[in-house]
Amino acid sequence: MNAEEIKMDRPKQILSMHPQKFALWLFIVSVMMMFAALTSAYIVKQADNNWLLFDMPDAFVYTSIVIVLSSVTMHWAYLSAKKDNIPQAKAAVLSTFVLGIIFLIGQYQSWSELVEMDVYFVGNPAGSFIYVLTGLHGLHLISALIFLFIVFIAVFRYKVHSKRLNRIEMCTTYWHFLGGLWLYLYFFLLLNS
Amino acid sequence: MSEQAQANIAQDGHDHDAHDHEHHDNFITKYIFSTDHKTIAKQYLISGIIWALIGGALSTIFRLQLGFPEASLEWLRPLLGGWITNTGTLDPEFYLALVTMHGTIMVFFVLTAGLSGTFSNFLIPLQIGARDMASGFMNMLSYWFFFIASVIMFVSLFLETGPAGGGWVIYPPLSALPQAISGSGMGMTLWLIAMVFFIASTLMGGINYIATVINMRTKGMTFSRLPLTIWAFFLTAIIGLLSFPVLFAAALLLVFDRSFGTSFYLSEIYIGGEALPNVGGSPVLYQHLFWFLGHPEVYIVLLPALGITSEIIATNSRKPIFGYKAMIISMLGITILSFIVWAHHMFVSGMNPFLGSIFMLLTLIIAIPSAVKVFNYLTTLWKGNIKFTPAMLFSIGLVSFFISGGLTGIFLGNSAIDIQLHDTYFVVAHFHLVMGSASFFGLLAGVYHWFPKMFGRMMDAKLGYIHFWLTFVGVYLIFFPMHYIGIAGFPRRYYSFTNFDAFSAFGDLNVFVSIAAIVTFFAQFIFLFNFFYSMFRGRKATANPWKSNTLEWTTPLVPGHGNWPGKIPYVYRWPYDYSKPGAEDDFIPQNVPHTETGSSNLPHENELIEEEKALKAEESQA
Repeated sequence: MNAEEIKMDRPKQILSMHPQKFALWLFIVSVMMMFAALTSAYIVKQADNNWLLFDMPDAFVYTSIVIVLSSVTMHWAYLSAKKDNIPQAKAAVLSTFVLGIIFLIGQYQSWSELVEMDVYFVGNPAGSFIYVLTGLHGLHLISALIFLFIVFIAVFRYKVHSKRLNRIEMCTTYWHFLGGLWLYLYFFLLLNS
Repeated sequence: MSEQAQANIAQDGHDHDAHDHEHHDNFITKYIFSTDHKTIAKQYLISGIIWALIGGALSTIFRLQLGFPEASLEWLRPLLGGWITNTGTLDPEFYLALVTMHGTIMVFFVLTAGLSGTFSNFLIPLQIGARDMASGFMNMLSYWFFFIASVIMFVSLFLETGPAGGGWVIYPPLSALPQAISGSGMGMTLWLIAMVFFIASTLMGGINYIATVINMRTKGMTFSRLPLTIWAFFLTAIIGLLSFPVLFAAALLLVFDRSFGTSFYLSEIYIGGEALPNVGGSPVLYQHLFWFLGHPEVYIVLLPALGITSEIIATNSRKPIFGYKAMIISMLGITILSFIVWAHHMFVSGMNPFLGSIFMLLTLIIAIPSAVKVFNYLTTLWKGNIKFTPAMLFSIGLVSFFISGGLTGIFLGNSAIDIQLHDTYFVVAHFHLVMGSASFFGLLAGVYHWFPKMFGRMMDAKLGYIHFWLTFVGVYLIFFPMHYIGIAGFPRRYYSFTNFDAFSAFGDLNVFVSIAAIVTFFAQFIFLFNFFYSMFRGRKATANPWKSNTLEWTTPLVPGHGNWPGKIPYVYRWPYDYSKPGAEDDFIPQNVPHTETGSSNLPHENELIEEEKALKAEESQA
């Protein structure tokens, strides 16, 4: 039996969920666990003495707005694809991509702001944690940008439409998750500093 | 040749007629970059066996040192080279590296990858009635990430500065400072890189197992009809998914401390009178993060072995498993509890004693689901028509280790007693019995039991019996005396005890343990011979050699990619209908509907017949 037949001949599913979408959710769970570990480490560490206190960089306010906007455009892209409005989907995916890059540039700016405040990656863990949290989140966002790029090409080849929504739907889920994750991290840092 | 095998051949013939040549398996796609879950399982098994040999060999070397500290190890120079000092003894830092690598290899590479990797991959699709995993490609990727991790870890054994030497738990600051011991240099770096690949591999595997169990069960295979093996693999994958990312976070911060000079775990350290610049870190933070993985890891290793044992004991007792639901609930209980007991590894780390009492309480609660499981194994065996196959013997051996090793867990879980026993050989004895040997026996039981399904041939039973008795007796001879050594206060990871007068009375006990360990290690070569010989020359197996109920025995003798040549069987009953009163045979496979077993149906099962008719009609049409 060859691979194609194996794909075709799956038994009807008891719990009808697309396996890849389900796997994406499981991946999201593992990413959440990693950030849960880091933020709880932050809380444990904060309870110790000599914890450096400083203000969060202003850039975080702007990047938070940008990532919320990008979530809106991402969802717009998904809805347009669902309605088979391909030109609109193209525009929406493109603007999400641009907003994503602006977000990353903004996060990089925030690092410069931190350096100006004399908060370095190497030094008091209070500062190091911010670099690690933003850096890891940024890496995940880069992975989402790659995913988005693949979707972008697919949209241009008319391979995303109301009958083939899986890919863009998964991308939207991941994108919303990373947006939410950033807001969680930002509020977590605000409340704990 | 059975009908099914012929059907398989007919199917192969059909494949040749099909015109998609890119799907034809050549050597590389069939045996190396295969997406077939059965091949991937075998790849994991063979890799696991190789790692077990290496891990076992390392332990014989440090047992030589512990048993015979005065003896000249000059004869090992051809193998170990510079690690044998000029006076013919083992280099003390290399001893630490040996202990570290033994732990790392056995816990992660053998009992996590070798056990879950082999049996979750092999059994999940076969027992739930699926053609393959949810994503065959990701499954293949999972193995190859493990392979990369293996290569890196293996290479680290040959570094001039030696492999990682800070213990398998790699506590900072020892592991974070290359100037501390030579094993914290390049060896530690490679250890961390290898573990990053390993974690990625485990996560990809785990995501696949969970997605497959939830989404790809055949018709009728409800969760209350799942074999306990699948329940165990499923829960193991969930534990891994939740705990391995935390290890990743812990390792990541350690990498930053080691290579970039951050101070997450380091604070106010003086080396040779010089103060290091790191201020503000805390090594206890690492311990919290590590043990949040480290403790669930125990159950990642153990649960699959317990699942395999449930299946083998029920099959070979010719009795339904006692307390099927209780087994599931206790496994769920263990899964949840495994996440809230981690600090019992840290009772003496300076943690708040009140917190210690809470973790002690939670830890002791684990005794309840564990005892339920033991009780259910024993009551399944009770008055059973027991068939002592090698797999069955290893399963019973597992139950024995689970009891004797589990009891000492109650001692160690007490935060007060732990002050005396912490980091002694008592701990070593405890976890080698309950987690090491028990899981290892589960692995061996699984290999003996499913060998016919993997390779279409039987392993030699007589050699299996010899292997079992030598190993079973050997394990107790090694680890029972260790309890005494531990209570006497011998700390683990010490290079030698000859400088302490207090310990001289127990010197001969260490000699005894070392001899037992070396004999037991060499007994494993019986298994190796049996395994590889039977793979090619073993007796041809029948379709269902153990008269088992689960779906994998309804496939052809050696199933091709896709597992069932025709349609996938539907499931009408739970997997433990053994010796049902009134039935013709002493087993009724899961794919036999109740309409065909009128003589043995219970009243409530007769009511199911109406519902089944629709399903049956659908199955015959499909």
